[in-house]
Amino acid sequence: MSNLWPRVEPLLARVEKPARYIGMERGSLRPEHRPSSTSWLLVYPDTYEIGLPNQGLQILYEILNERDDAVAERAYAPWVDMNAEMRAASVPFFSVDTHHAASDFDVLAFGLAAELVYTNVLECLDLAGVPVRAEQRRPEHPLVIVGGHCAFNPEPMADFVDAFVIGDGEEVVGEITEVVGAWKRSGRTAREGVLRELASIPGVYVPSMYEVDYDGPFIAEVRSRFPDVPERVDKRTVSDLGAWPYPKNQLVPLIEVVHDRLNVEVFRGCTRGCRFCQAGMITRPVRERPADQVRTMVRDGLRRTGYDEVALTSLSTADFSGIDGLVAGLVNEQEGCGNVGLSLPSLRVDAFTVGIASEIQKVRRTGLTFAPEGGSWRIRQVINKLITDDDLYAAVEGAYSQGWQRVKLYFLIGVPTEMDEDTLGISHLAREVVKIGRKYTKKASCTASVGGFVPKAHTPFQWFGQNSAPELQRKVGLLRDDLRRSGATIRWHDPEATYAEGIASRGDRRIGRVIERVWRAGGTFQEWSERFQLDRWLDAMAAEGLDPDWYVTRHRTDDEILPWDHIAAGLHRDFLWDDWQEALREHGLPDCRWTPCYDCGVCTDYALEHVVASAVPPAGGSQGTGQGLGFGREATVSAPVSVPVELTSR
Amino acid sequence: MRIRFAKHGKVRFISHRDVARAFERAFRIETLPLAFTEGFSPRPKVSFGLALSVGHESDAEYLDVELTDPVDTDELPSRLTPVLPEGIPATGAVRLAERAPALQESITEVQYRVATVDGCGRPVPEHVLVAAASGALAAGELAVSRVRKGKMSVDDLRPALRSIEIGHDGDAPVLELTLLTQPRGARPREVLDALDSFVGVGLSEHRVTRTSQWIERGGARLEPLAADAFAPVLETSAS
Repeated sequence: MSNLWPRVEPLLARVEKPARYIGMERGSLRPEHRPSSTSWLLVYPDTYEIGLPNQGLQILYEILNERDDAVAERAYAPWVDMNAEMRAASVPFFSVDTHHAASDFDVLAFGLAAELVYTNVLECLDLAGVPVRAEQRRPEHPLVIVGGHCAFNPEPMADFVDAFVIGDGEEVVGEITEVVGAWKRSGRTAREGVLRELASIPGVYVPSMYEVDYDGPFIAEVRSRFPDVPERVDKRTVSDLGAWPYPKNQLVPLIEVVHDRLNVEVFRGCTRGCRFCQAGMITRPVRERPADQVRTMVRDGLRRTGYDEVALTSLSTADFSGIDGLVAGLVNEQEGCGNVGLSLPSLRVDAFTVGIASEIQKVRRTGLTFAPEGGSWRIRQVINKLITDDDLYAAVEGAYSQGWQRVKLYFLIGVPTEMDEDTLGISHLAREVVKIGRKYTKKASCTASVGGFVPKAHTPFQWFGQNSAPELQRKVGLLRDDLRRSGATIRWHDPEATYAEGIASRGDRRIGRVIERVWRAGGTFQEWSERFQLDRWLDAMAAEGLDPDWYVTRHRTDDEILPWDHIAAGLHRDFLWDDWQEALREHGLPDCRWTPCYDCGVCTDYALEHVVASAVPPAGGSQGTGQGLGFGREATVSAPVSVPVELTSR
Repeated sequence: MRIRFAKHGKVRFISHRDVARAFERAFRIETLPLAFTEGFSPRPKVSFGLALSVGHESDAEYLDVELTDPVDTDELPSRLTPVLPEGIPATGAVRLAERAPALQESITEVQYRVATVDGCGRPVPEHVLVAAASGALAAGELAVSRVRKGKMSVDDLRPALRSIEIGHDGDAPVLELTLLTQPRGARPREVLDALDSFVGVGLSEHRVTRTSQWIERGGARLEPLAADAFAPVLETSAS
């Protein structure tokens, strides 16, 4: 392996933010590559600033480097300017830790969190000199592995990926390391052998081991090609988060990145059952980290990194058992050692939550964020986000009266059964919120941030036909007109990008050719608005003879084989379908942490249980406790947090 | 307190602001008794000297930080260096005198060592550098175009040029620039453009190192750590 730094260095004088490419973060490693060790390059296929904080990548970086038989380094997608310089100078894709060529690694592992980065994976492979299509790779090429939430519908990327990891990666990366290590020792013979070995590891899906038959546009059958390759791949789940206190040495970047603070994951999984939320569905069951371990990780992390802010992360942090005590303890402990801020990036919409927020944000009380998601009580029952208007008003009243001046509200448009009166409920709420704020301060402002809904695999809404781009645009227009001169402002995501995301979100294997065409036409960094053009996607669909509306806006039926049906997140299909029907009947479903089991399938099939320190619902009421249904006493929220820098384009 | 540090190697690609944040984190790791600003967003009271361009190295950078209690300045560099990014060692620290003037306004002179290449990326021979330097020093005026407040303006660079010497880094000839910062400084890049007007080879920066900074006061040229150091009142004994 050769160090590319001497060839990288001269390029850096000519690109923006050259420190994206130097590594050297506190906590980073420069592992020594030995022939006996399996080398992993962990790639986040977006800019350094977006990718560096990714906790999944950092966790695996540490776990792999702790092993005697593995080394791991990191890489991020070079921005367009650096990419052009590298291609002009024939410098291949490289690791930031030791500046070795990506093609020298045994495994290239991509973490995929959003569909619009798919084309960047192809760009990284091509820049590495690795054939983008899996079938064209030879034994000397690295194995290409993908993990992250997008792996739960692997099919659109099946042409390019050797193996997908479904679910938590902490344990399975070790098993993969052993299989790859044995393959290396045996002289790296044909890829098919090692791929078949990988396919027998629980949680690993090797698409080339499966045949897909079609019946017209529909999938007729997906079957494994060999008897030892399972018909269905079940996700991996780490049962005890306390056994994995990672990252132990969170990376401290030299330049500003998103979420630039200490992040401590307090639990994984969510059972609130918001029907639009893929993360909540596929990460079940709930596994809390022991409170003592959280305290230790916060204390040690702050001492080691020098950060002045720590975030307790999860999908709904206010639900952590005894959150108020934990927060009070952390705030008191940090006092006197220099203004350490604590942030809870996902709270609920209720007075209890605002109470916690005021406890922790003694200073810098500028903005609070809530996510009611729907504009009317009716639609919030459909999506199972059971917040009443009064819950929101009480939370907002609490916020403005305690010194906050800006309230941000997150909403989805284009959800099932939505009518214009539901959409306009968004502007109604925003106006009322401004009215409440003006009682306390003339500076009160409210921003409604509106995103178009994209149905995701393994959710009750996986059968729903997404709104078309013009329909979403019309709804945005309704809101803009209605909010003129209201004191509230509206921000929205580009409906055309939402449409493209819909193509990939529920796509099948045939979408792979489309992704390749978009990439070949220059369509990288598609999640950056200045780089996105819907026409590239529509042209590619047309060239492949595929109808985009068939993929995006069509409602699916119960008897249709979905492209991801052979991937199991543990949720019974019947449970999802029944929940979908309940949604259409406008019925909410309480949180199973504190109510009897609905047999969604995850705990029962995988012999797992929720790991919670307290079986008592959190103070202040909560969805699923029974007290909420009908009045919506709880309500979830995503919360405060000083957002560091706006690096994402939309 | 005033701290001197260097910036070498890969880390030269981080910005002035990034260096500031790295120091703030290092101070917190070492739990220095920082003084904070008042208001809604309290920040540590840290002020930096003249910004160093991204990509330039330095042997002598300075920052002032206000503490609520004194710390041992002799051992401070060895405490800070391990918790600063690699390539940014702390090389000295002194307690400042009361009401020491702000660092940024105090510095009057900076020196750079500049390794150059021509328009084709080749090293520039010594005789070309000599010709360029003597041309520039002999000139009465060196016009440079700058964008200021959105408007193009033409400034004279010559007053900022105190001296240009030819030094050596190993065998390679380098320019040793001594530039005045008051009333208006000059960047190495601008100086090279001006020099190139005498030789026309497309002179440009290959590697730039700020080698020293100086404070001129009352005719004396002082190193910034020495210039404003706190002078303890010595107890004199009767013997």
